[in-house]
Amino acid sequence: MSTTAIATDLGLKPAATAATASRSVSSVEVTDYDNRQTVGKIVVDNAKMICRGVNVYYGEKQAIKNVSLDIGANEVIAFIGPSGCGKSTFLRCLNRMNDTITTCRVTGQIKLDDDDVYDKSIDVVQLRARVGMVFQKPNPFPKSIYENVAYGPRIHGMVNTKAELDDLVRDSLERAGLIKEVEKRLNEPGTSLSGGQQQRLCIARAIAVHPEVILMDEPCSALDPIATAKIEELIDELRENYTIVIVTHSMQQAARVSQRTAYFHLGDLIEIGETDQIFTNPKHKLTEDYITGRFG
Amino acid sequence: MLSYLLLTLALLSSAAYYLGRNRAFAVANGHIRNLHSLPGFYGSYTALWCGLPALLVLALWVALQPSLITDLVVAGLPPELHDLPADRLNLVVNDIKNLVNGNIVSSAPNPAILEAANHYRNLRVIGNSALWVVIVSLALAGLAYSWNAIAPTLRARNRVEQIVTLFLILSSTLAIFTTVGIVLSVLFESILFFQHVPITEFLFGLQWSPQTALRADQVGSSGAFGAIPLFSGTLLISGIAMLVAVPIGLMSALYLSEYATPRFRAIAKPALEILAGIPTVVYGFFAALTVAPLIRQIGTAMGLQVASESALAAGLVMGVMIIPFVSSLSDDVINAVPQSMRDGSYALGATKSETIKRVLLPAALPGIVGSILLAVSRAIGETMIVVMAAGLSANLTGNPLAAVTTVTVQIVTLLTGDQEFDSPKTLAAFALGLVLFTITLILNIIALRVVRKYREQYE
Repeated sequence: MSTTAIATDLGLKPAATAATASRSVSSVEVTDYDNRQTVGKIVVDNAKMICRGVNVYYGEKQAIKNVSLDIGANEVIAFIGPSGCGKSTFLRCLNRMNDTITTCRVTGQIKLDDDDVYDKSIDVVQLRARVGMVFQKPNPFPKSIYENVAYGPRIHGMVNTKAELDDLVRDSLERAGLIKEVEKRLNEPGTSLSGGQQQRLCIARAIAVHPEVILMDEPCSALDPIATAKIEELIDELRENYTIVIVTHSMQQAARVSQRTAYFHLGDLIEIGETDQIFTNPKHKLTEDYITGRFG
Repeated sequence: MLSYLLLTLALLSSAAYYLGRNRAFAVANGHIRNLHSLPGFYGSYTALWCGLPALLVLALWVALQPSLITDLVVAGLPPELHDLPADRLNLVVNDIKNLVNGNIVSSAPNPAILEAANHYRNLRVIGNSALWVVIVSLALAGLAYSWNAIAPTLRARNRVEQIVTLFLILSSTLAIFTTVGIVLSVLFESILFFQHVPITEFLFGLQWSPQTALRADQVGSSGAFGAIPLFSGTLLISGIAMLVAVPIGLMSALYLSEYATPRFRAIAKPALEILAGIPTVVYGFFAALTVAPLIRQIGTAMGLQVASESALAAGLVMGVMIIPFVSSLSDDVINAVPQSMRDGSYALGATKSETIKRVLLPAALPGIVGSILLAVSRAIGETMIVVMAAGLSANLTGNPLAAVTTVTVQIVTLLTGDQEFDSPKTLAAFALGLVLFTITLILNIIALRVVRKYREQYE
């Protein structure tokens, strides 16, 4: 098959392929578009989460195909890829948020430290306390700022006295970089904050239950550039204490905040590696097309 | 006669619409972009000018013409009729009108009345012809004026939209004015009642026995109008009904919206709503023939005194009747809470029940309170079940096993049957209605306050 024919199959403009062909320097190792074997090193030494052969089905449709990767402790790993590639679906497998979708079925193995996430003996409530999540659209509860942060500790019985709770709430807000802005208005509704503040409130809410891993599903896509910059700064600080998995549509963001990057394409994990390497020297043709803006 | 005039007006208006539109095309020189508004708006503008003023005058005319003619006829009556007392004169005028309309007359008409009838007929013919002339010329004048006013710069759309806004305002205030009208009519009758019975006795009296004496020497019909037993009965039965309906309704709403599979929900929800479609009379049968004897049997077996018609039977059945109001509406509002709220809570490791108690219910509170309020007003207003299952005896008691009666039931019994409309017995119904209305109004206000204070807005 000629490259032009393949490109047309993939819905690409032949001109784009021509441009690629004319590039004098290309270090890509895998040039076959149909090769969906994961390229790059999936294993890390200090793995916090280990995923092996994960498949996800929505009814008959397979959304994730045999994905294996490690998530290292105290690293920020970014999932990138075109819309509908399954990166959010995979993210939601990590704390079993997919359980709420009745038609969703997950096979394969996901381990958090030594515990199998999908094992019957695992309580999903405990799991989610260990693997927190921040969503695309800020979704503070319709309660006061204080109550939003206090929600998690309360339901998990993490504190015994009001003073302890106060401390925990303040600490979480401080770590989320929000305390200065909301110190005087803890009793105002969380929804009265701006979009960026709301998202940081959601991060504070997640931190308050002392998770080990924080999943972020496009946390900045509803925010303006300044709020985005603040969140990115925050992610960098949070790395000290937490492992962070972030799904993002912005490649610049992935490059800025993450140490490792995984590129998903139509349910396959195409390439994974150090962020620098992925963005400067991708090994798979699909990855290169995506990061150079020719695709997706 | 009037319908022909209205038809003519409608035809004229539609003609005006086309004339106006064509005129707009003409002044635009074929380029619609030259016009301020779309041609249709010029058409509507012309049609409104043609129809509206004429319609307003028509309404005014039709409202005033009969009384004007009557006044003229009465003024023309011979003195011996003209000087009759007001109610007798009224009778004469009625006779004249009956003659004119060809109805049966109360007595053989005398010449003076016949002549007056003729006079009436003449005046009416003149009036109607004048009406035609005035209305049609007014419509044509409006048409001519607006047709002439059409120019590319005329802001026809804005004018038409102003009129439409006016209609919208009128429609929205109609309900308010109706309410005010109802309140006033009940209020005036109630004032009449309070002239017979002191308001304090009505509001605080503990005896309800609305039989007034027909003859001076009648025994045992002194009449007592203390409304407390009725309101306590209403409170008791509604309270029992709410005790049944609110928990069951809420829990079924929670199950349907959060736990049930879509298939179960698709079957159960309509089935539950069928409950709301059963006529209350049927519930009444059920309460009186099935539930009341059952309660009586159980009560007797436990050594309790149970009346054959008890507040408990009526309240239980009424509660079942109200369940769908609570469950269906609550289910809708709980479903309306965004999925992102649930996700946020689950992602923090909250269980389903924690999510429901701490996130969903607070967020859905205004809607839930609204549904409960609707249920309360249904319970207070319900009549049929109570008539059949709880009896008519106005006992002042808090015992759910005794027979009680409610305000609405008493209103019905007071107003059915033959009686004068100025006896305290009949007027008491209006006073009861007024107090009932006031109570539900206060309840609504309190509930609104509560909702505003505790609601958690999620958008």
